[in-house]
Parts: sequence; C-alpha cells; structure tokens
Amino acid sequence: MTPLGLVGGVVQPLLILAGSPLLLGVMRQIRARLEGRRGAGIGQPWRDLRKLMRKQRITPRGTTEVFRVAPVLLVATTLVVAVVAPFVTITSAVGPVADLFAVVALLALGTVAVALAGLDTGTAFGGMGASRETTILALVEPTLLVAIFALSVRVGSTNLPAIVSATLEDPGQVLSSASLLAAVALMIVIVAETGRLPVDNPATHLELTMVHEAMVLEYAGPDLALIELGSAMRLSVYLGLLANLFFPIGIATELSVLGILGGVVAFAVKVTVLGAALATTEVFLAKLRLFRVPELLAGSFLLALLAAGASYFLG
Amino acid sequence: MNLVALGLGAAAGAGVASALMGLLVPRPARAAAVGLGSAVTGAAGVLAGIAAMTGQTWSMAAPELLPIAGVFLEVDALGGLFLAVAGAVAAVAAIYGIGYSRHHADGRAPQAVLPLFVLTLLIVPIAASVGTFLVCWELMALTSLLLVLTEHRRRAQVGEAGRWYAIMTHLGFMAILIGLLVFTAQAADDTFPALRAAAATLSPAVAGLVFLMILVGFGSKAGVLPLHAWLPRAHPEAPSHVSALMSAAMVNAGVYGIVRVGFDLLGGGARWWWLVVLLLGALSAVYGILQAAMSTDVKRLLGYSTTENMGLVLVGVGASGLFASAGNTVLAALAMAAALLHVCNHAAFKTLLFLAAGSVLHATGSRDLDALGGLRRGMPATTAAFGLGALAASALPPGTAFVSEWLLLQSLIQGLPNAGIATSIVLPVAVAAVALTAGLAVATFVKAFGVGFLARPRSDAAANAAESPATMLAGMGLAGVACVALALVPGLALPLIGRVAGGIAGTQTAPATGALTIELAEVTGTLSPFLLTVALLAAAVLVVVALRVAAARPRRQEARLWDCGAGPMSARMEYTATSFAEPLQRVFDNVVQPVQDVDVTHYQESRYLVQAVEYRRQIPDRIERRFYEPVLLAVARWGRAGRRLATGSVHRYLGYGFYTLCALLIALVVMR
Repeated sequence: MTPLGLVGGVVQPLLILAGSPLLLGVMRQIRARLEGRRGAGIGQPWRDLRKLMRKQRITPRGTTEVFRVAPVLLVATTLVVAVVAPFVTITSAVGPVADLFAVVALLALGTVAVALAGLDTGTAFGGMGASRETTILALVEPTLLVAIFALSVRVGSTNLPAIVSATLEDPGQVLSSASLLAAVALMIVIVAETGRLPVDNPATHLELTMVHEAMVLEYAGPDLALIELGSAMRLSVYLGLLANLFFPIGIATELSVLGILGGVVAFAVKVTVLGAALATTEVFLAKLRLFRVPELLAGSFLLALLAAGASYFLG
Repeated sequence: MNLVALGLGAAAGAGVASALMGLLVPRPARAAAVGLGSAVTGAAGVLAGIAAMTGQTWSMAAPELLPIAGVFLEVDALGGLFLAVAGAVAAVAAIYGIGYSRHHADGRAPQAVLPLFVLTLLIVPIAASVGTFLVCWELMALTSLLLVLTEHRRRAQVGEAGRWYAIMTHLGFMAILIGLLVFTAQAADDTFPALRAAAATLSPAVAGLVFLMILVGFGSKAGVLPLHAWLPRAHPEAPSHVSALMSAAMVNAGVYGIVRVGFDLLGGGARWWWLVVLLLGALSAVYGILQAAMSTDVKRLLGYSTTENMGLVLVGVGASGLFASAGNTVLAALAMAAALLHVCNHAAFKTLLFLAAGSVLHATGSRDLDALGGLRRGMPATTAAFGLGALAASALPPGTAFVSEWLLLQSLIQGLPNAGIATSIVLPVAVAAVALTAGLAVATFVKAFGVGFLARPRSDAAANAAESPATMLAGMGLAGVACVALALVPGLALPLIGRVAGGIAGTQTAPATGALTIELAEVTGTLSPFLLTVALLAAAVLVVVALRVAAARPRRQEARLWDCGAGPMSARMEYTATSFAEPLQRVFDNVVQPVQDVDVTHYQESRYLVQAVEYRRQIPDRIERRFYEPVLLAVARWGRAGRRLATGSVHRYLGYGFYTLCALLIALVVMR
C-alpha cells in the first residue's frame, strides 16, 4: 500500500461518483443535439438524482431483504472497483484486490444482485428483465474472461497495475493483433454489460423489449437513485478500464499534485471521448431483437478467442 | 502419538458401533444414535486426514486378513486430503440426517448402512494395494446403492434410478478392474509400492491402455461425460443427506483415482493422456452446467452441477499433467493445487446446497422449482443457506468457487507462453470452457435461488412451508461455516493443499502461500478474498450511511406492487424456472435440442377463438439419447434373441450344462 495508491484510492471513487452522472449528461446531450433536439443540459442526471433522493422510500409488499440490499450492493461493488483499479494512479490502494478477474467478477456480482431483486418482486416484468439480463450476463462473462486472458498472457499476470504499467512502458504492443482483437471484443461486451444500444435501450420504459429497466421497475425514490447512480458509475468504470488497458497515457506514476491533477484530467478526457463516441454511434443504431443479441455476443466471444490464440501464435 | 492412527482407529470403532446401533437401537432413538455415531466417524476421519496432510504417515499390512489379496493400508498426504474432505462431508451430512431421516428413512437397513458407507468413503483413499482398493471401491458402490434405494417403496422412480446407478457403477468398476489387473500383471505383487516400481518398465502402449481404462472407470464415478448419466438420476432420488454424501464426497473418489494412478503409480506418463483428461473435463464442465441451467428439478440441477465441477477439477488435473510432462513442476503444482482446492470448495458448497434442497423437499414435498418460491418467509434459515451455497457455486466473489477458479485460470495463463503447439491450442479452449462455465453457472444459480426461494409462492405447499428441525439446521450451519471459512481465509486450506500438490508434481516450492492474501510462487499474481470482502462491506456501509444522510425521508413505507391498476396479481403471472431459462435455451437450441409440443384447441364456432393452449417442453439429455439408447436397444434385442434359448424346460437347462461341461473337457484334452 503506497501513498500514491492511497491517494488514488480516495481520488478515483470521488471522481467517478461525481463525474459519472455528468458523463451520462454529456452523452444524452450529444444524442439530443445530433437528433435535432436542444437537450436538457449535462446536469440533468444530477438533478434527477436530487429529485429522487427527496422522495419517500417505498418497499413493495412481499419483497425480501434482497430487494432492499440490491441497490446498495450495486453501488458498493462499483465503488470498490473505482477504488482498486488503476484509473488515476498506477498503483492500487488495495493491491491484492486489483486483479482483472476479481474486478470483472465484482461488477458481475452487482448485476446478479439487481437480477435477484427483479425476481424477488414476483412480477412478470421483474422476472422477464432478470431472465434477459442473466442470459446476457452468461454470454458476456465468457467473452470478458477470454479477452482478459488474451491481454494478460503478454504480461504474464492478471494484476491490473502490472498490465497497465507494461502497456505504459511499451505502448507499441497495443497494436499487436491480439490486443486489437481483444479491444474490439471488449468494446462489444461493454456495450452489452452497460445496457447501451444496440443491446438494450437505456431510454426506454414500458416496452416489451426492455431489459435493465424491466428489472428495476419496482424501485422508487432513493433506491431508484442508487440504481441510476450505480448504472452510471458502471458505465464510467467500464469505459475507464477500456481506456487504461489500451491507452494508459497520462496516468499518475508518482506522487505530486501536478501528477495527480494530470491523471484526473487525462482520465476524465479519455472517458468523455469514449462516451461521446458511444453516444454518437448510438444515434445511428437501432436496437437489436433480443434473440439477435446472442449472435453479436457470440461474435465477440469468437474475437476474444482469436485474440487468445493470437497472443500465443503471433506474440 | 500418531494422530493418523488414532483418528483412523476412532473412525473404525465409531463406524462399526453405529452400524450395530442402526440394527439394535429401537426406532425412536435410532436416527439420533446413528447420526451422532456417523458424525464422530467423519470427524475422526478429518483428524486423521489433516494429520496426514501435515506430514504424518501410517501404514498397515495384514496379508492374512482377506483371502488371496490381503489388506494393505497406507496414509499419505494425497490420501489424507481426500480422507479429510470425505470425513468432513460425512460429519455434516450425518448430523443433518438425524432430523431428515426421522420421516422416511429411519428403517433398520438404511440406518445400519449409512455408517458403513461413511467408513468405505474413508478407507478408499488409504487403500494401498489393488486388492484392498477394489474391495473397498465395490463396498462403497454397494452401500451407496442401498442408500439410494431407501425410499423405493414410496416412489417408483427410485428403483429405476437405482438400476441405472448399479449398472453404470459396475461398468466403471469393470474398467478399473481391467486397467489395474493389466498393470498388476507387470508388477511383482499388487501393492502400490510394487506398482510404482513396475511403472518404469511398462511399455508406452500398455501404460496408455491402463490409463485409458482407469480414466473410463474413475470418470464414470466422477460423473464425467459421457458416463454421467447415473448422476442426475441417482442424486434426486436418494435421501438428501445421502445425495450430499455422494455428490460432495463420493464423486471425489473418481478424481482421487485418476490422480493416484495417473501421477503417483504410473508416474506422470505421456502428454496425450492429460490432453484427453483436459478436454474431457472441459466438455463435462460446459455440458453439465448447460443441462443444469435448463433443469427445473432442483436436485437434478445440483447433480448436473456436480458434473460441471468435476469437469473443472479435471481441467486442473489435465493442465497439471501437461505442465508436468513439459517439465514445469512449479506450474504443475499450481494447477494441481487449484484442482484440489476446487475439490474442497465443491465439497463444501455442494453439501450445503444439497442439504438446503433437502430441507425444502422436507418442508414442501417438492423438488420442482416451478412449484416453489416465496420460501423466505417460512424458511429463513434454509433460504440463507441456499443463497450462500448459490453464491459460492456461481464463482462470484466472495464465494468459495471464485478462489479456486481464479487459481485455475492463473495456472492456465502462466502455462501458455512456454507450451508446445498442441498445448497452445488446447489451453485457450480450456480457458474458454472455464469462462463459459462461469457465465452459465451464474445464470443457473440465479435461477435456482431467485425462482425457488424469492418472489411469491407458486403452490400451497410452498406458501405453508415451515422451517426444518434443529439438527437439519445445524448440519446446514456447519456446511455454511465451512463455505465462508474457505472463501474468506483460503490460507486455512491452501498451504496444506499446496504441499500435497507439490508432492504430486514433484517440487518443494509451495505453489501458493499466504494466509489472507494468496500469493503465487514464481508468478505475479495476488488475490485477497478477505480484503475484497472487507472492502465490499465497507463500501456497502458507506453507501447506507450516505443514503441515511442524503435522503430527505429515510423511513420506509410499504406499498402495493405495480399491477397496472388491475388488482392483485396472481402467482401464475410470475416468471417460472422454465420461463427464466427460455432465452438461454433458445441461444443453445442446437446443443440442447429441446422437444416442444404446442396444442391449440379452438372453439367450434370459430377457429379464430382459442379455447385452450397446452404447452409441453422436455429437454432430454442428448448424450444419453445418442450414446445410450442405441446400446440399450442392442442389449434388449440381444436379450430377446437369447429368450429362445431359455424356454423354461428343466431338461433343456440340464442339457446345456451337460454339453458345456463336455465341450470344456474336450477342449482341455485337446489343448493339453
């Protein structure tokens, strides 16, 4: 546990907590402008959260602890990832948790908690959302793990700081075929995991095609605020991981005010650029039919597998 | 004082005594007496096993005890590990069995056989000659078969399950018998030291034959493809504590056999052996969890999940063999440690899951997930137990399986850079299989827990379920403690397991060290499940506190579910296990090939109006269909042909005997 890691462990979660609703706002604003609307401004997600926090907490009749714990767990898992992963500083606050497998599994734990909450309500919508979400999760997990495998073979470790510093020392190896294939696979998977188009439409409500929104239909008030915040944070965390695994430039490698500031700015810029790119692409995409989604995910799985193969054969 | 001898002596004494108690004690106290006795047997086994893993050894030779073969026992570290696991599962299951068997299973026979089954489970890993091993193996199969048949008077399916189990286990036994006899024929006698000495002189072809035969035999016991068919049949029909014993302890004997014969007796062997093991393991893992994801019978689901987990263990064993044959002993030890740790973890969470499923069966009389739900209100402890087990089984942190699968993936990652062509193709495929398994396991256990225990009850039995008796809860509690301990402090088991694995792979370096944080040898890899859990809890507390501070009105209020204003919803509107698995079933349509039937009945007046829709779906085990049905049909045809020979006439049978004897005598005369 180094001082640099400790600073990172404090700065990163604060940055992601404060910045992720703003990122969502930016993405919505970009979409709105591209679609010819004025948009609500980038502060709208924060205003929504503030509104939700003022409402009463509601427990639907017949639900158990699982329903009440799930939103907390969703935010908590994402917070832990925000603390340990190398986003702003290259060393981690809790080194033995900063493993790529552990991070991915933690994020999956959050999804599982919300899926269980969806089942717990005992409504048709809740079950439907949970069923779809776990199906997507079951297909996304393998791709993630195999892509991670492909990335870690060249470093010989799944330790996140180790992978990032190896890339920092030799940025050229990102252009190897294994890394590129893994990057494409990861991008598809991140789109699926965070429920963006073309897998799920985050703007939809009360549509039979929805996935994530169907699960959380029974949530209201502060619980819903936690779910919304958790989803926004997950998006930032995934984009941050993608950015720093392949393009870690600017990350703070030593403890200085300038270094940390640089790390913060670099991280914010990278994630915003990725988010903007995602939002721009979304404008041109329609949602896939649910049963076409597995084909997309199978494609990404194949890419990840090719990446794993290439990491040996092509170095 | 030798703890191993002490523990084994105590286990033998307590086991025999409780078998006698099962015969002699009258019904009201029988279950308690046998349960406590068997628990002591198991606990003594744990003591002996742990002592053996720390380095103590003990051996016994009694050539005069069994005719021809004699009895040879020897406890080493590898045997100690499996001894300890079997003992622990037995102790927990026996305590649980006190309450469980009071209703259906406290007859003389099942109660007297249970301690004997526990004893055979403890002796198999310490047998040190082919004769002793085979006798114990057969006793283990027979006692477990008797226990599976406990409830055969109450349900007709039990008999069928028993027949499948009996035939499969004996086919496996025959394969092991052939393999070990071919091996013994090349050695001075049938003790394991003699076999070890003879292994070097075996020709590669003979060694390969021996290995393939024992792989078939032990694989059938471990429930590995394509010999898994008995597992999803026998486990649902056996009493639940027996299911736990079989699924968490007995299947391990298959893994033990492969490791003992492959690594220890045959001394490693060729690379293709381990490629076969690895591929079989990967196939079993994916196929097992896919079937589990589709099934709606909770105990059948758990049975298929056993196939999956044994598959993962074999992936580790196969990888270890590959690395060992390439000369990388440290990596081989790491893969083996991952496999053995997964054996321990699987034993812990599968015991817990089967006991919790048994508790549900006990309270509701149903194993069908589509008829359960809403058990949280009536059975909070059982729900918590199953939830914990499901978390452990789905390889998510902070569960137990996460730790061992992490270790397994680490060893596969490290193995890739210094491998040959064949290995470098197989390892990514293995990783993909492990990854696919992990993803499907999550879906499977979300379904099992979410549909079976949460939501609203789907039947009256589930709505009126009441918590199980205290002994059953105690059994589940012990298994739960083991799960949590293994998940949070892998340092409890990992150093001992590392030593065992190092011994098998032939290295002094411990593959993984550390109490709370796992640190890998010669490899940059650390993981601390404990810190991870602490961080998660701290973050959760932080979120709750922040919510209290930030929320304007923190008090909760109950409200109706959103029902479109149409009045209260009925339980029939809920998603069931079948509907939950439907998207996955569609995705894997080509693999599982479900049989669906939709019957639409129209009103006579108009064919546009639907009167009733009937929907049936079955997911048959495809391997069973392709692989078993032709064989069964051929056997049946052969049987029918043979019927012509047996007309029921005594004269004819006497004639057969006479002619056979004459033919034999003539043959003997000619061949002399």
